Order: sequence, then structure tokens, then C-alpha cells
Amino acid sequence: MTSIPYIPAYATAETYLNRSYRIRSWLLTVDHKRIGILFMISITLFFVVGGAAATLIRLHLLSPAGTLVRVETYNRLFTLHGVIMVWFFLIPSIPTVLGNFLLPIMVGARDVAFPKLNLASWYLFIIGGSFTILAMIFGGTDTGWTFYTPYSSQFANGHVILVITGIFVVGFSSILTGINFIVTVHQMRAPGLTWFRLPLFVWAIYATSVVQVLATPVLAITLALVGIERIWRVGIFDPAVGGDPVLFQHMFWFYSHPAVYIMILPAFGVESELIAAFSRKRPFGYGFIAMSSVAIAIIGFLVWAHHMFVSGISIYAGLVFSLLSMIVAVPSAIKVFNWIATLYKGSIALKTPMLYALGFIGLFVIGGLTGVMLATLGLDMHVHDTYFVIAHFHYIMVGGAVMAYMGGIHYWWPKMTGRSYSDFWGRIAAITIFLGFNLTFFPQFVMGYLGMPRRYAMYPPEFAVYNILSSAGASILAAGYLLPLIYLTLSLKYGERVGNNPWGAVGLEWETSSPPPVHNFHKPPVVTDEAYAYHKLKFTPES
Amino acid sequence: MKSLIAVHPDDPEVAGHFEDIDQQRESSSLGMWTFLATEVLFFGALFVGYFVYRVRYPEAFRRGSEEMNLWLGGLNTAVLLTSSLTMALGVHAAGHGDNRGIRRFLAVTMVLGLAFLGIKAIEYAAEAHERLVPAVNFSTIPPDEAGLPSARQHPRPHQVELFMIFYFVMTGLHALHMIVGVSVLSFLFVLTGRGWFTARWHNPIETAGLYWHFVDIVWVFLYPCLYLLRQG
Amino acid sequence: MNQFRLFPEEASNLAPQVDAIFWFEMAISAFFVLLFIVLIVTFAIRYRRRSESEVPPRIEGNLPLEVAWIVIPFAMLLVMFYWGGLVYVRAKRPIENATTLNVLGKQWMWKVQHPEGGREINEMHVPLGRPVKLVMASQDVIHDFSIPAFRIKQDVIPGAYMTQWFVPTQLGEYRLFCSQYCGNGHSQMIGRIVVMNASDYQAWLAGFVPDESPSAAGKRLFESWGCAACHGQRAPTMAGLYQSKVLLSDGSIVLADENYLHESILEPAAKIVASYPPIMPSYRNQLSEEQIFDLIEYIKTMQSVARPPGPGIPPTGPIAPMPAPSTLPVTGDSPRRIPNNPPERHPPGFDIPSNLKSP
Repeated sequence: MTSIPYIPAYATAETYLNRSYRIRSWLLTVDHKRIGILFMISITLFFVVGGAAATLIRLHLLSPAGTLVRVETYNRLFTLHGVIMVWFFLIPSIPTVLGNFLLPIMVGARDVAFPKLNLASWYLFIIGGSFTILAMIFGGTDTGWTFYTPYSSQFANGHVILVITGIFVVGFSSILTGINFIVTVHQMRAPGLTWFRLPLFVWAIYATSVVQVLATPVLAITLALVGIERIWRVGIFDPAVGGDPVLFQHMFWFYSHPAVYIMILPAFGVESELIAAFSRKRPFGYGFIAMSSVAIAIIGFLVWAHHMFVSGISIYAGLVFSLLSMIVAVPSAIKVFNWIATLYKGSIALKTPMLYALGFIGLFVIGGLTGVMLATLGLDMHVHDTYFVIAHFHYIMVGGAVMAYMGGIHYWWPKMTGRSYSDFWGRIAAITIFLGFNLTFFPQFVMGYLGMPRRYAMYPPEFAVYNILSSAGASILAAGYLLPLIYLTLSLKYGERVGNNPWGAVGLEWETSSPPPVHNFHKPPVVTDEAYAYHKLKFTPES
Repeated sequence: MKSLIAVHPDDPEVAGHFEDIDQQRESSSLGMWTFLATEVLFFGALFVGYFVYRVRYPEAFRRGSEEMNLWLGGLNTAVLLTSSLTMALGVHAAGHGDNRGIRRFLAVTMVLGLAFLGIKAIEYAAEAHERLVPAVNFSTIPPDEAGLPSARQHPRPHQVELFMIFYFVMTGLHALHMIVGVSVLSFLFVLTGRGWFTARWHNPIETAGLYWHFVDIVWVFLYPCLYLLRQG
Repeated sequence: MNQFRLFPEEASNLAPQVDAIFWFEMAISAFFVLLFIVLIVTFAIRYRRRSESEVPPRIEGNLPLEVAWIVIPFAMLLVMFYWGGLVYVRAKRPIENATTLNVLGKQWMWKVQHPEGGREINEMHVPLGRPVKLVMASQDVIHDFSIPAFRIKQDVIPGAYMTQWFVPTQLGEYRLFCSQYCGNGHSQMIGRIVVMNASDYQAWLAGFVPDESPSAAGKRLFESWGCAACHGQRAPTMAGLYQSKVLLSDGSIVLADENYLHESILEPAAKIVASYPPIMPSYRNQLSEEQIFDLIEYIKTMQSVARPPGPGIPPTGPIAPMPAPSTLPVTGDSPRRIPNNPPERHPPGFDIPSNLKSP
């Protein structure tokens, strides 16, 4: 591990990509790398669908009376946007694409512990996705992604059951992936790779998997109960027969708040890798970053009712959940401080992935601090269910999770495909996305504090300026997202072939060829040193 | 099935991506334990919902419990606990590579599992007869009192329906797990017959045993919560 | 009301308190965001990679620093928690001598009922400087009563009463929103809050031609449903019940407030008064939330020891249930209940602001 030579690509050697070109070899693959690629293609398609819905929403809100669609359609659009983006893009994004591709390589294994389960996970994802897309084709539903009862169970229009079934099925995809990763990290580490030598990405994915395994079943059963209530017309959460709609909210948020950490924890992991690689430094306070992921995974289970401060829960419950929500902000703060400290005296290269990484810090900090405002009881009374909340969670989910996903894709793209992309266009896209994002969502903070409620298909005229700014930003953001789609696709054919380690980074994944061979390593790796031993990095001149 | 995954070059009983049989064994156990953690939360959510309503409507839920057939439920508990014993004996036989023993105990376990499902079906039928099935035929007046003048009826409180919803969802989900369990055991029964398992590698039987015990334990919680909480 | 602003008006006693926390947290947030931007930009320039083979020194970490950036943010968060909790508790605390307004949310309108008999739709007139207590109910799904200028917001969950207190502190007209998604009419479930001088308010109330005061309507209901056949004889009397302490059969004592009365009408078995048999049937799905408001208003007036009206007339049969055929096209697994919006009789002077009309 002391020296990392630039070895030319194994242009003629067998890799996981050129092993076979038959379609069957992809659809029946048990290779974690190929499954990662399958997931990447699938979630990109869902991102396009969810993004199209978002585009229509922003276009519609250009004028106070709504410009584009009927109210009924608008309600179905934001439901579709939420469902697709949460369950079919954000939750699977980093774990199933980057996690699948990299986790076994990073722990020095030949594959995940249960390769067939891994493939089953993709099929479940596709089946669940098909239900949801089918529901969309038939006309969708208008519950909102939160499925609040009794609206969803007794009043909503459209195909609630189909959508719920889709989410139920995709939940099991999530659980299977989580089980696989937990066992892989526990059992499949290479000789010498102790827990505290693991890359921070592995720590983050591990913590995420624990949350996935423990939270997802609660969502599954909750949505199943909503489905039962709707199909058989019985009352479980319906107050008209003695049920309690607030119980639904408790059960839903018991999953859906940890789900936020399923989305953002992997992003933290990617961020640590990017900051380390492009500062050429071991992350400052490695142990603190690793443990803060675990802390977030645990405390994240205890804060769910901060989504319910105005739903009539008792004052004491409000106080307890507010305090716990404050506490969960601490580990996130630890991470941010450590990332910035890593930059200190580093060797900082502002390549495309690093631009995403630095943008991530800025956006995540804004998202996190506004999250603290929402956890403050006295403030939440005012901004709850307004655009302030919308802006807050888009800063976390898009400014955080999507930025990290994009950064990770750009960082590991040469490893996955063996080719490099245009760094110039990469940087243009990163900057476009950053600017477009801020223009889209920053005005929503102002409009939220002014009181504009979420899920309004039409709105009073005093909010028009902010909505127009936001829609303008969305068009820039959309252009920013289209660029990588183009140049990354082009790079598959025209990109320059790269060696093992194009970035001069440290990590097991950079010691194997690009793209990696079928069993990941030409020689089983033995780990003798800590992760991120950048100070021992020596460069041999490229041949 | 097997063709999807390469076999270890040095050990035909180990899949290609594992180092050795110990790693494969531990992975398979840990995988099942993790899955059971998922299952705990799966049922746990229902138990929480059940108890929230139980606390809110103590009278109606007590009445609901009284509608349960204590003896059939108790019999089923005994059947399931016995099946756990035979399952454990099956795993023990697997540890000795005793294929005949495995098949014998798996068969007994499956028969007990099916007996449980049969008794459960009898209970469901009785409850349908008692007009206790929510959304289908639930009635606040017990059918044998329907002809009586209203002063002599003992109408069920309306929230008994809520109790029955939880009863059917919880026991139904449990029965579904039993069906999955019996299917898995029958699959293992066939594989044992083909000589797949040895004293060295029989982890599928062990993990199936873990699953079976878990499903039994769920019943051990369901029975008191649904059937026995009828006083005070 | 509909002019462009950067910051909302402060029109209630709560508004300055909420805004104070906001500015406090805003200052801290701005400080950290600026600090991070300065650090990132400085480091990115100062430590930019000068050659491709550059390898910086190893820095493992620094325990005092780590402790500092755990403890300091934590302390700040505790301050925010404390301050936020304080304002929240204050906002939930009852204010003495408040005028009680009944608010009913239904798909898709707000109905406001003044104790003197004025009924409004999507409007609420309140007197300046006088504390107001809102008792809110929902007829169907969850709604949320939100007045940004007052910084108040409360989900209205069907099945129970939600309460909210505030004191309007500034004359003017303000927006009322439904903040919890409730279906197709969600974005039209909005209205106008008018804060008036006490004298103007009295004049406005006087100029209002009430259909029938809530307590009178309640009295009519009380008699037609035959409540008095039991209450006062086999069942507890209603006289002087409101705001009294009630001993229950399980030994606990509850305050007979609106929520207690509401629950006891819909779910009589939930709280049984000591030494009375549980004989009352549930009136769920038989009385609408508005009728229950009226009944409770009537019960509130029964403060004297005067005997309740004698044996009443038998019930006039069940009241028409809520569901009604819909004219909306319905696809998919259709909803069980379809909102029924009979044309409402608008109070005098009511008209929908032009900017709020559907396109």
C-alpha cells in the first residue's frame, strides 16, 4: 500500500463488464458490480420520472392561479414526485449503486455475502417500481407521499392500493440490501482489515443498513394497515369508528424519520471519501466521523414525533422530542467540522467530484441549521407544513444526498467504466446545479416564513415573486442535471481509458484495475495499514 | 439455482465468494438473525398499535378477548411448542449428519405446523359463525342473542371490531409466516433426501430452525395478548 | 393583505416571541454558514494542489478541538431548545377570560361560530387586544388552522377538539390557511382574519343577523334527541357540569371541558361517571360536529341548578348520514366517503376575494 503506480488499463483482460455481453448475463448476474450498474440505470429512470413531475409542479406554480394543470392533477403530481423520489430514487441511490459496487471491494471481498439475495433485491425493486409506474399510468393518486389518514384510507382518489403495494414491495428490496451489507461488513472483511481500518464510506453504509433493517418493516406494516382499511372499509386509523389518525402518524414517522437518515448517512460516507481523496489527507478525526454515523443511526430512531408538534401531541411529548431532535444535530455538526478541518493543510484539487463535495457542505449546513429551527418548538408552530419545511428538506435531500450521489458517481465513474469523462463539462454541470439549486429553494425559505402552506395548487398573489424565482431556478437545475446525463453517456464510448488510480487516491478500490475483474482483485488483498494512509503515498511517474 | 454462483475451488461445499466454510456458516447465521430483527419490528409495530387501542378501549378489548376460544388457542400453543422441540431435534440430528433423523423430525415438525394451521382455520370459522369478522359480517349483537328482546341482549361495544381487526391481522400474518415455514421445511426435506447436508454443512437447516423458533415465539406473545387478557 | 413582503406582519401576542427565537437562530446560523464559507474558500486557495505528486502531512485529529465542537454546539442547541420550549408552552397555556370561538373545518371550508350567534364561513372577526380561545373540530379529514400573521398553527384532527389561544395585537386583515393537505380544495380552504376595535366588533356582531344562537340550536337538539329522558335522572345532570370536576368510575377525576363533553357524546363508554351505569349509546355518525358544538354551547348555559327540561320528545329518527353521491369522476380504488358540499348560505357581506377564486 506504500506506493500506487499508474498501471495501464487491462485493455484486453477480462473485467466484470466484458465478461459476457449477453442480456441474460446481466439479468441473471449475481456480481455485485453488475447489480450496482442495474440499480444505477433503474434509479436514473425513476429520477427522470420524478424530476419530470417536479418540473411540471414548478411550471404550474408560475402564476397564483396555476398555469398548467387542474387541481386534481396537481395533487397527483406532487404525490408522484414525493413517492418516486423518496422510495425509488433517494433511498436506493447511494446504497444500491455505490454501495453495491464499492462496499465488497472496499472490504476486500469477492462479492457480498448473499449474491442471490442481492439480485432478488433488484428484482423486488423493479416489481415495486412497476406497481408504482402502473398506478401512475392509470392516473396516480392524490394522498401525498405521507399517506396521512383518514384522507388516504377513506377520502383519497385514485390508485392508493397500487402505490402502497409498490412501496411495500420496494421496502423488502431495501431490507434485503441492508441485511446483505450488514453481514458483508461483519463477515467478509479481508485479512487485517479491522473495524477501525474501514473506510468511512463503509461505516456510513453499515449504519444505514442497520436503520434500513429496523425501520422499513414498520413502514411496511403501517401501509399494509392503511391498505386493509381502504380495501375492507374498516377503521384502524379512522376516527369515525374510534381509530386514531395520530397513531398512523407515529407509526409512519417512526419509519420515515429514520428514512431521512437512510438517505443522508450514505451521503456522509461519500463526502468523507471525496474530501479525503481531493485533499490527499486522512479525514480529520476519523474515529469521530465513524462513530457519529453510528450515533445518528441510533438517535435517529428517537426523534420521529418532531414531525407532529402541531398535531395535538402532549406538551411533554413535544418537549422530549424537541430535545432529542436537538441532540441528533450534534453528530452531524461533528462531521461538518471534521470535513472542514480535513481541508486544512491538505492538497486540494478542485476536480468535479470535489466541487460537489464542497457544495454539499454549504447546502447541507443550511439544511441542517434550518432543521434545528424546525426542531425548535416555538418556531415550528409557525413554519410547520409551509414552504420553509419544503426548502429545508430539499436542502438536505437534494443539496445533501443528491449532491453527494453525483459527486460519488463522478469520483468512481472511471473505476466503474474504465474511462474518464470531460472534467470541464463536469465542473460546469456542478456549478450549474449548485446555483440552480439555491435559486430554486432559497426563496422557498422566505415564502415559507411568510406562511405559504405546502401542497397548494394555487396561492395568494403576494407569494408570486418567490414562486417565479423558484421556478426559474428549477429550469437551471434541470439543465444542470441533463449535462452529466449527456457527457457521462458519451464518455462510455469516447472517454479516455484510465489506469487503476486516476485520482491518486488511497483505498482498496484503487488497487484493482479499472474496471475491476469479475472477482474484484487479481490477488486477494491483505490489509496492513490504516485507511487513508495518504502520507505514505508515493508517485511513480506515468510510463 | 446453484449454477448462478461459482463453487469454491478447494471446497465443494463452499460458495466461491467465501474464504472457507466457517465464514459461510457465520454469514448465514448472522443473515438470519438480522432478518429476524426485521421481523421483530414487523410484528412489533402491530403489537404497539394493539396496545395503544387496548389502553384506550379497555372494556371493548376485554370483551374481544372473551370472544376468543381459550382452549383451541391453548391447544395451538402446545402444538407449536412441541413443534419447536421436534425442530430442535431435527437440527441436532443435522449436527450428526443423520439424514434419516433430519427427515423424520422435519416431517413431524411440518405435521405439527399444519395441525396448527388447521386448528387456526377452525377458530376462524367459529369466529365467522359468531359474526365477528370485521367488514364481512361483524355484528354488535351476538347471533345467538339476535332473537332476544333488546333488554336481554349483551351487545358488543363497537370497538370490539377494532380488536377483531388486530386479531385477524396479527394471527393472519403469523399464519402466513407458518405457511412460509412449512414450505421451507418441505423444501429442506427434499434436499435432505438428495443428500445435500452433511455434519459439516447443514446451515440451511439451522437457520430454518431459527426462523421456526421465532415464529413460535411470536405466537407465545400473541396468545396471552389476544386470548388471556380478559380479567381486570 | 396581499402586498409583497419579505417578512410577515406581527399581529398577535405570540408573533414577537416566535420572531425573537427566529432572529436568534438566524444569527447563529448565518454566523456558521459564513464561517464555513470563509474557511472552505480560504483553504481551497491557500492549500490548492501545486503539483500532481504533492503529498501533505498527516494530521490525525485533535481531541480538544473535537470536544469543543461537540460541547459548544450542544450548549447552543440546549439554549434553542429551552427558548423554543418556553414559547411553545406559553402558546399552549390557557389565557383567562378568553372569548371562545368554535371553529369547524370540513372539506373545504372553515366555519366559525361566535358565542353570541354570529356564524361565518372562511372569515373570522376578532376584537383587538381581547384574548380568544379557539375550539376546533374537523368533520372529515385532518385540517390545519394556520394564521401566519399570528404565528399560530394547529392541526385539527377529526375525533377530538383542538384548542388554541391568542391575543390579536394589531388591526387589519390577515390570511387564514389550511396547512394540512386535505384534498382537492386544500388550496382554496383559505380565508380572512379581521382584527377590529372592540367597539367595531360589537357593532359588527350586532349587525349580524344570526340564524339561531348556538345554545338555542343546542337546546332544540337536546330536546328532540330526548337527552333529558335520562340526564338528570338515570344519568348525570348537565346543570353546572361545564368546567366542573367529575369523578369517574375508575376513581380518577377529570375536568368537564369541551373535549370531555365531545368525547362523552361520541364515546360515552370511554369515561363513565362514578355510580352511574354505562347505558348511553354512542352518537357517532348520528350528530354532526356542528350539532355537537351547539349541544355543548347549550350545556354551557346550563350553569344554574334549574332542572333540565322535562321528559323530551322521542328522537325524530336518525339524521341523514354524511355520504352523498359525488359528481366527481372517480377512478381506481374509490374512496369510501366522498365529500359533500351543499351550497352554503353565506352570511351577509361575505364574498370570496377575487384572487382566491378558482381559475
